[in-house]
Amino acid sequence: MSPWNGISVFRATGDVVEGEALVSVEGFSPRYDLNRSSGEISRPGHAIAGENIAGKILFFPTAKGGIAAGWAFYDLASKAIAPKAIVFGKTNPVMVQGAVFAGITITEGWSENPTEVFQTGDTVRVDPRRKTVELLKRA
Amino acid sequence: MRLGQREKELLGGARGETVAEALRGQIEVGDFFGAERFVPVGNVHMMGDIEVMGEGGLEFLRRVAESGARCAVNTTTNARCFDFGYAGRLGQDPENVAKERVLISYLREIGVMTTDTCINYQAVYQPHLGEHVAWGDTGTVIYANSVLGARSNFEGGPAALAASLTGVTPAYGFHLDENRRGNVLVQLEATLESLSDWGAVGRIVGEGHQDYTSVPVFTGIDRSPTADELKHLGASLASHGSMGMYHIVGVTPEARTVEDAFGSIEPQATVTVTDEDLENLYATYETGDGDANLVVFSAPQLSLYELKTLSELLQGKQVKEGTSLIVTTNGAYKAAGEALGYLRDIEGAGGLVLEGVCFYILDGVARMREENGWDNLVTNSAKLTNIIKAHRYNPVLRPTEECVRIAVTGRIEEA
Repeated sequence: MSPWNGISVFRATGDVVEGEALVSVEGFSPRYDLNRSSGEISRPGHAIAGENIAGKILFFPTAKGGIAAGWAFYDLASKAIAPKAIVFGKTNPVMVQGAVFAGITITEGWSENPTEVFQTGDTVRVDPRRKTVELLKRA
Repeated sequence: MRLGQREKELLGGARGETVAEALRGQIEVGDFFGAERFVPVGNVHMMGDIEVMGEGGLEFLRRVAESGARCAVNTTTNARCFDFGYAGRLGQDPENVAKERVLISYLREIGVMTTDTCINYQAVYQPHLGEHVAWGDTGTVIYANSVLGARSNFEGGPAALAASLTGVTPAYGFHLDENRRGNVLVQLEATLESLSDWGAVGRIVGEGHQDYTSVPVFTGIDRSPTADELKHLGASLASHGSMGMYHIVGVTPEARTVEDAFGSIEPQATVTVTDEDLENLYATYETGDGDANLVVFSAPQLSLYELKTLSELLQGKQVKEGTSLIVTTNGAYKAAGEALGYLRDIEGAGGLVLEGVCFYILDGVARMREENGWDNLVTNSAKLTNIIKAHRYNPVLRPTEECVRIAVTGRIEEA
């Protein structure tokens, strides 16, 4: 783990947010992995199936899915079940466009694999301007 | 980002607050990707239906329409989730049907042409080499970049609508020369016959190099492919590999030679695709309990030529009782297919031809599976085999003629 208990990210935008981490080793599609009424990861067999993304800070290695994801974040935000931030290893333009449109903080690329630094339930802070994700409190 | 005079005026409210807000979002996306400037777009293609937008999106669209903001460039829509003529027959939710009608009325008020097609590049508009566009539906983007030499990123619904209102898009990704060069070499040794073979190649290459920045360069294609073949290749690469561009040496406009396709870039990987690879791929599609009660031609929508092929294959035949044959196309091609007699053959055989939709985005497609007892979904679309799994169908990829044979006999065998 880094001495300062955090990781750097390569690209980022959105507000500074703090919240509970939800760390996945599997990629994410807001259209196909998610129950868009409840915010629950609903696809059986997904690495974090059964977890709820509402108000969380999500860590996913990759983004999955096509264009339809663009509207999905806004729909979640309008139902007040959007995540606070999404930290991606690799993402695609649709995720970034969708997150910006919905006012969700989003980042791409990381200095260290977050699975080695954070665990689900930790409290973390994402700071897009400093391009950092810091551990505030262990679960 | 550096703003031009036009963008400064838009930000200042020259065309209202809604357009200024759209541009602010585009600046944020552009900054994220390190874009330095905007480029004007000649055409926008967007996804917008109630299934993907939800209540929140519908309400947003109402506000845009009421604000008076209007499209600055010609803007068309992608396939949607209802063919209103068949919603009842498919048992789709009347409440959602009503919402979709309202949503379409907002789009039209904003100035969007609701063409409802995912093959706009065949049916509506063919941008020229170097033309910047803002298109949504990954299959349309990869076709524009690769086959036409136009320039687009994957533009999700909100981003495409923003580009339509402002008339510009941030210049990152495939708008820039440096991201359009190839970086994966594909030596094609397989003989490609059916459209499903082209999709199968797309799956092999796409799955192996899943990355928006991967640009495969195909060599070894010794004939001139048809638009439908290129469409199935691209749709599959985009779906399985999240890719937005490919080159075929000697075929696509930015790949007159191998050197042309790669520029100064060394291929990061070399892939060879043989006949055996294709056979192995077909064999990976399990046929489960062997039921063959659903055959689908969709994803992308069928061209007029594909409708003609189906009509020839189905002429004088009958789809097996208990099996459903579903075809999707756009309104223009359905009308032409009707006039040319193709629909008579397809519908006469018992097929259902839907317009303006794509199978996998049909409202209630998961419920339809349960209600109809569908398990296997037989199709010639490699894209559909990828995307339909999310709705718990078991996809089976087969060549076009084989799909028709399965529909007629109601029998399916392992590949």
